[in-house]
Amino acid sequence: MALKASQLKVGDTHTERVCENLSRTQLVMYAGASGDYNPLHSDEVYSVYAGYKSVFAHGMLSMGLTGKMLTNWVGDARLKKFGVRFTNQVWPGDTLDAKATVAAIRQENGEHLVDLTLSTVNQDGKEVVSGNAIARVDP
Amino acid sequence: MPKITFPVEATHIMMFARAIGDTNPVYHDAEAAKKTEAKGVIAPPTFVQAMAQFDPEYHLRPKPGQKWFGSAKGPTGLDEKPASSGGLHAEQEYTYHRPLRAGEVLTSEVKQGKVWEKESKRAGKLIFRERITEHRDANGELVVTARSVGVTTERPVDAS
Repeated sequence: MALKASQLKVGDTHTERVCENLSRTQLVMYAGASGDYNPLHSDEVYSVYAGYKSVFAHGMLSMGLTGKMLTNWVGDARLKKFGVRFTNQVWPGDTLDAKATVAAIRQENGEHLVDLTLSTVNQDGKEVVSGNAIARVDP
Repeated sequence: MPKITFPVEATHIMMFARAIGDTNPVYHDAEAAKKTEAKGVIAPPTFVQAMAQFDPEYHLRPKPGQKWFGSAKGPTGLDEKPASSGGLHAEQEYTYHRPLRAGEVLTSEVKQGKVWEKESKRAGKLIFRERITEHRDANGELVVTARSVGVTTERPVDAS
């Protein structure tokens, strides 16, 4: 179910809701799986003491959620590159929508590639992740 | 830095996929995964971040007998309030040379990159540090190259 270069055009977009009402439990799951046990992400007592309003998501969780949208769209084992900047924090209760926009369709070394720009926003429309990706597509 | 041996295990991939809410069978169902283009269980794009589990010195994991800065009886396990909020992640980029498969054992090497500073209204002086991690397979071939930029802030980031 891969994308086809012949059916894509610059400006095409794909959006997916990648989390809804993000729970603190999800942050704990991410800490456990990734091995990043920074208490800023799982320990509300510490996080408030350190000056934050609550725990907040690992940047890598918001990248992982954005990546889920990407692989659901471009298919499994199709990514060549995936890069992001973490532009705002993600908090418990946030709902995130991740969007990919086709920036270019090209060929390189006989492969058909699509360049994508990425933007993930929260329920207030604030961008939390911006980035880009390159995926291999069918002709 | 010493090289890290990073076994990529199916159960770990399943747990990681659950943690990002990804129900794609290619991450947890070996039979279903065989029928996909990937032809077996593969790791999600950000999975190599879990290399931290195999780094014996990883500083964001509590270790027996050592002080930990998270809360216990008090709000922090340290004697004094930390001087800053600690490091935060500013950027992350992955280059995929081929799919990463369950059952592989990677050898991963972290190389320090550039260091730079910037003033910020939201968090005071920022110090950025770049790290490049090369994840190689049993033949020494690159599977994933990761570039990360971490930032240390002078004070907690103003979220308003």
